[in-house]
Amino acid sequence: MSRAMSETLLSRAAGETRSAIIEIPAAQGCLEIDDLSLRYGEQPALRGLSLRVPRHSVTAFIGPSGCGKSTLLRVLNRLHDLNDEVTQSGRVLLEGEDIHGPGVAVAQLRRRVGMVFQTPNPFPMSIYENVAFGLRLQAPLKKRRRDEIIEWALVSAALWDEVKDRLHDSAWTLSGGQQQRLVIARTLAVQPEVLLLDEPASALDPISSLKIEELIRNLKSRLSVILVTHNMQQAARVSDYTAFLEGGELVEYAATDDLFTNPRLTRTEDYITGRMS
Amino acid sequence: MRRAGRPRGEGPWPWLAAGSLALSLLMLAALLLLLAGRGLGHFWPAPVVLVTLDDGHQLAGQPVREERRRTLEGHWVRERLYRVGNRDLDGEAWRWVEVGRIVAEETPEAWAVIERRRWGELIVRPLALEEAGRRLTEAPLWSAFEARLERGRALAEERDALREEVIAPLARRLAAGHDDAAARERLVAAQARVAELQAAMARDVLVVESAAGERLSVPLAEITAAWRPNAMSPAEKLLAWGSNLWHFLSEGPEAANSAGGVWPAIFGTVLMVLLMSLLVTPFGVLAAVYLHEVAPQGRLTGWVRIAVRNLAGVPSIVYGVFGLGVFVYGLGGRLDAWFFAETLPSPTFGTGGLLWASLTLALLTLPVVIVATEEGLARIPDQQREAALALGATRAEMLRRVVLPMALPAMLTGVILAIARAAGEVAPLMLVGVAKLAPQVPVDGDFPYLHLERKFMHLGYHVFDVGFHGGDVEAALPLVYATALLLVGVILVLNLTAILLRHHLRARHAAPGTR
Ligand SMILES: Nc1ncnc2c1ncn2[C@@H]1O[C@H](COP(=O)(O)OP(=O)(O)OP(=O)(O)O)[C@@H](O)[C@H]1O
Ligand SMILES: [Mg+2]
Repeated sequence: MSRAMSETLLSRAAGETRSAIIEIPAAQGCLEIDDLSLRYGEQPALRGLSLRVPRHSVTAFIGPSGCGKSTLLRVLNRLHDLNDEVTQSGRVLLEGEDIHGPGVAVAQLRRRVGMVFQTPNPFPMSIYENVAFGLRLQAPLKKRRRDEIIEWALVSAALWDEVKDRLHDSAWTLSGGQQQRLVIARTLAVQPEVLLLDEPASALDPISSLKIEELIRNLKSRLSVILVTHNMQQAARVSDYTAFLEGGELVEYAATDDLFTNPRLTRTEDYITGRMS
Repeated sequence: MRRAGRPRGEGPWPWLAAGSLALSLLMLAALLLLLAGRGLGHFWPAPVVLVTLDDGHQLAGQPVREERRRTLEGHWVRERLYRVGNRDLDGEAWRWVEVGRIVAEETPEAWAVIERRRWGELIVRPLALEEAGRRLTEAPLWSAFEARLERGRALAEERDALREEVIAPLARRLAAGHDDAAARERLVAAQARVAELQAAMARDVLVVESAAGERLSVPLAEITAAWRPNAMSPAEKLLAWGSNLWHFLSEGPEAANSAGGVWPAIFGTVLMVLLMSLLVTPFGVLAAVYLHEVAPQGRLTGWVRIAVRNLAGVPSIVYGVFGLGVFVYGLGGRLDAWFFAETLPSPTFGTGGLLWASLTLALLTLPVVIVATEEGLARIPDQQREAALALGATRAEMLRRVVLPMALPAMLTGVILAIARAAGEVAPLMLVGVAKLAPQVPVDGDFPYLHLERKFMHLGYHVFDVGFHGGDVEAALPLVYATALLLVGVILVLNLTAILLRHHLRARHAAPGTR
């Protein structure tokens, strides 16, 4: 699929359109994905994906398990670089610049595009050191400045109150939900431009989950957020745009309100209303 | 699932497994007990028994053990082995005595065990003390003797200090070509003082009598230790046992390793193992990191892995041969030609020594460290690596800050295994630097303090040497046991140190699921 086709509804199968994708104006886009395909060995995981992610907004990726959401996020962070099994084609532009371009330092890119993984993975260090990890990789900071950033990150991730008295305990003594918020804080501390969240609330209780949602809404003013979630309500509550993926293809991409109230395709409707297609 | 009772279908396997474990532990315990009993008992001051035989002959000795033997006529008799000492008088320091022929046994307090620099022990009755041929009448005899012995020791100490600190450096200076009148004078003065001390020490003589009635004059300077076991209280015996043990641990060997202590061997073993660990750890860890984290995983890395694992199975003597050919003759010869040409043809590094032995053993244990470290690296979840990368770490930063700290306990496991293997190796050492006798330990006050080119002693080789190269098997046996026990102890201490270190690190870098 090429970008030229993405503005229109494409008709392939009998009577049913294949995909419905809105075009975000180039000036508003921070990330642009262009005809991205990816295979693990022989098995395709992404097939010709094209979309533009708007700046300073929350974009939700939804879709059934195994449809390629995590794979897509890993492309944006270039985490597939190390996997020899992966073959990839297409382009990804961050602020107009190809992230696979020859002049791009991977470490620098990953600093700009922060990633929070599906399963919490704090380092076996203290809570403080976990959040300081990304900072310590950069130019050395005054301890006071570092402490400020760490506090800010922990406050932003709605974790500060729970850990402020035990910052030097091992991060592994935290609960699963706390660990998830800790890794969010750890990523925020690096101050990325784009934040990739892979099901950040899946291990959280409803209250923390709401806190995270609030955090995401607040973050919007500073950065662009891509959120993968299986929770339709959550996607509806926090995101501005929603992309529905299935079988490695982008099926429908629209403003969240439109997609949930008035899906263009029956495949989308079936998924969000919970019907099996 | 059924939990109560014996699980159905498992049959006798759990019992067999538990049984064989118990058997192994039992055998280990028996081994240690044997070593401890035979080895440590040697230092206990055994009583001196004066035995009268049915033909009127007398002998004095310390009973060692009994055996049933068949006589030439074909009937069985019990015989008892006595340590009788007096090798210069009777020719044989051990006597088997038929128990049935003993008519009387006494333990008279006056009998003494006297250790000498040459000819081994005397088991005799002290008669008198003489100074320059004149009989002394100080009483009681034994305490007078002990006082003089003590004085003699002080004199010997002064003499040794003079020799080591004054005479040797001056002689070296003069030999180096400095013609220094003052130094020459001081040398002469010191030598005169030594002669004086020697004369003073040679004056005192103890006259003793053996059980057979032979008399002997023993210069006190010849005596290293003396005690009267029958006159000692249990507390004194315990003290003597401790002091004997301490001498064994802290002193150098004497009389061609058949007496004295094993300190240089302990020191050599520990130093060699530590050096080996220092050498093997960085190489092994780097190799494992390259193999697991850096090299593209493929057929080649697979082959390398198999090769490394098989290397661990190569007999150690083969490593010894390799060390001799490559390190000693190859590298050592080169070093000598380049840096020590003035002392050739006598080699400096071109002969076995501490460095080459450590290197050879490092090579021997390299596979162990590589395999253990790689296993540790494989246990680290990829999520940890990805988390670091996603925060903007380069691969090197990820390795240094996340992967290596988490793999540290595994590396230490590798080092522990390496130590366990290396400390027990003797065969390759014989080719690359162990010495039968090297009373000079490889660390001293002379620059550069650590003398890597020196030969060193090793407990394992010492066991071999004492046990099989000495003339007196009965005397060597307890030393063999004691040295073997010590070797086990040294390995245990080294391993425990590493295990404690690992425990400490584990607490700091615990991996998920291991805490
Ligand atoms: N490392 C890998 N090697 C091979 N195949 C993989 C790998 N990772 C993912 N896949 C496959 O790629 C497809 C997409 O996986 P992905 O993890 O992106 O799904 P997902 O949409 O994130 O699912 P979920 O919602 O369950 O997290 C799946 O079929 C999966 O089996
Ligand atoms: Mg996923």
